[in-house]
Amino acid sequence: MYGSASTHDLPSTAPTGLENEDPILLAEFEARIARGEKIEPGDWMPALYRKQLTRMIEQHAHSEIIGSLPEGTWITRAPGFRRKMAQMAKVQDEVGHAQLLYSAAETLGKTREQMLVDLINGKSKYSNVFNYPTPTWADSNVISWLIDAGAIVNQLANAKGSYGPYCRALDRICAEEAFHLKYGHDAVVHMATGTPIQRKMMQEALNRWWPAIMTFFGPSDKMSVHTEILMRWKVKMASNDECRNQFLDMYVPKIWEIGLTLPDANLRKNEETGQWEFTEPDWEDFKRVINGDGPCNAERLAVRRAAEENGAWVRRALSAGKTHQYVRPLA
Amino acid sequence: MDPKLDLLYRLADDQLILGHRNSEWNGLGPILEEDIAFSSMAQDKLGHSLQLYGLLHELGEAEPDTVAFTRNAPQFHCCQLVELPIGEYDFSLTRHFLFDHAELLRFQALADSSYEPLAQVARKLRGELKYHALHANTWMKRLGTATDEAIERMQAALNFTLPYALGIFEKTDAEAEIISSGLFIGEDELQSRWLESITKVLGQTALTLPDLATATPVFGGRHGQHTEHLQPLLDEMAEVFRLDPTADW
Repeated sequence: MYGSASTHDLPSTAPTGLENEDPILLAEFEARIARGEKIEPGDWMPALYRKQLTRMIEQHAHSEIIGSLPEGTWITRAPGFRRKMAQMAKVQDEVGHAQLLYSAAETLGKTREQMLVDLINGKSKYSNVFNYPTPTWADSNVISWLIDAGAIVNQLANAKGSYGPYCRALDRICAEEAFHLKYGHDAVVHMATGTPIQRKMMQEALNRWWPAIMTFFGPSDKMSVHTEILMRWKVKMASNDECRNQFLDMYVPKIWEIGLTLPDANLRKNEETGQWEFTEPDWEDFKRVINGDGPCNAERLAVRRAAEENGAWVRRALSAGKTHQYVRPLA
Repeated sequence: MDPKLDLLYRLADDQLILGHRNSEWNGLGPILEEDIAFSSMAQDKLGHSLQLYGLLHELGEAEPDTVAFTRNAPQFHCCQLVELPIGEYDFSLTRHFLFDHAELLRFQALADSSYEPLAQVARKLRGELKYHALHANTWMKRLGTATDEAIERMQAALNFTLPYALGIFEKTDAEAEIISSGLFIGEDELQSRWLESITKVLGQTALTLPDLATATPVFGGRHGQHTEHLQPLLDEMAEVFRLDPTADW
């Protein structure tokens, strides 16, 4: 699960360092990408490409493990065998995605251990939606369906990017996310067409999550920083607004179809432009939350920190006597 | 209680409760690979318990969801070992090692049960339990031969867990009939096979099996006497299910 609602865009004022790169190698690199070739771990790449990709894949990996927490708390409370086993398998997949992604990021030179240290110190970000609470079973279902749906829109685009290990990991991840989508949809439909208690729970959960879902793909393109180089290098593959519009196109009709409403009176598709119109999300609140002041930021990181600290003795035991090894990508 | 029901409830409740506990490792494992492994084993155990509750249902008991999600602690027949909180990884791994060795041997023996529906289920489950035991062995050997810190922690966990593990083999009033009717080999025979099996693995580590003669088995679970940890677990498990018992979730 992942969105662009993090901070991997390149600030327009940031130095690119491109003037220090070998112009011939750089031209060859760009020509390869333009031809649609994939860049592999041992290949030459500009420092900026390595840095941006590391940051992006790392944030994606963090989003998977942090994202497993809000749904994970519902494994022990899932109603009935069928849901309990499916919820476990679904959340397990997300942790497996993190494993694939950390491996892809490690091929760029940063260790998993260092990435996790940066996560718990607040240096690295993760998808902002996971800083919101999941107070009911229905909230967990909304994540399984709609956050995973958003993630698929985003990840299918990024799977066409230029870095081989990341693209191959995304292909595998998207295949699993497609099952999550079906699982989430099935759970939501059961609730939305169920007893009055279930319908009320589901509508309230959707109302709670809708503002966060609208920010899932990140700030509007008109507010976005300059990303021309990242687009040319196929690090960033689709604009935030394009992804958001595609998501609304695919899922708003499905939400309405099962009798649920959305808490935005201005939400409608403009048939002339093909674009969805909606109340502009509260981007100030988004910035405040992503910078650490959301309802669950502290709790999420505290859980992760405790896991790292409690498990440190196991990792010390595993690495006893070993030196650094070559990292082979899992995909 | 009918010997078949007595045996099946013990088997099913053990699997359900340990499966539930193992699932609590989500997001908390010492490495991601162990989050994933514990989740896989939890899914297997839930699946095993569902099959066993299915057999109970065929014998006239309520639906598996009803049996699993609506009973209270005194109606559960699991051993106390499985209901203890996950604690730290040293404890959870040790519990997994001690329990799954017993479980593998139990289901290998049940494959020859005179009760054919159970024998069929056992023949399927033993194949999965083989991997649970293999996973536990791998980690016991790895950590039990690693750093002084790891060996000390694992030894302490083993000392703490062993009396609870002996509680796996607590007998009920139906024991004699269970053996004489060929349903199962019985708890004494299982314990003896288990001891041989775990001793062999521990022999490949720097860990020492505590003296069984001086350990006091923690009994009670098979008779509905549980630790203070089981009822909160059950309340949590049924939290959503009980919101609307008429609902299809």
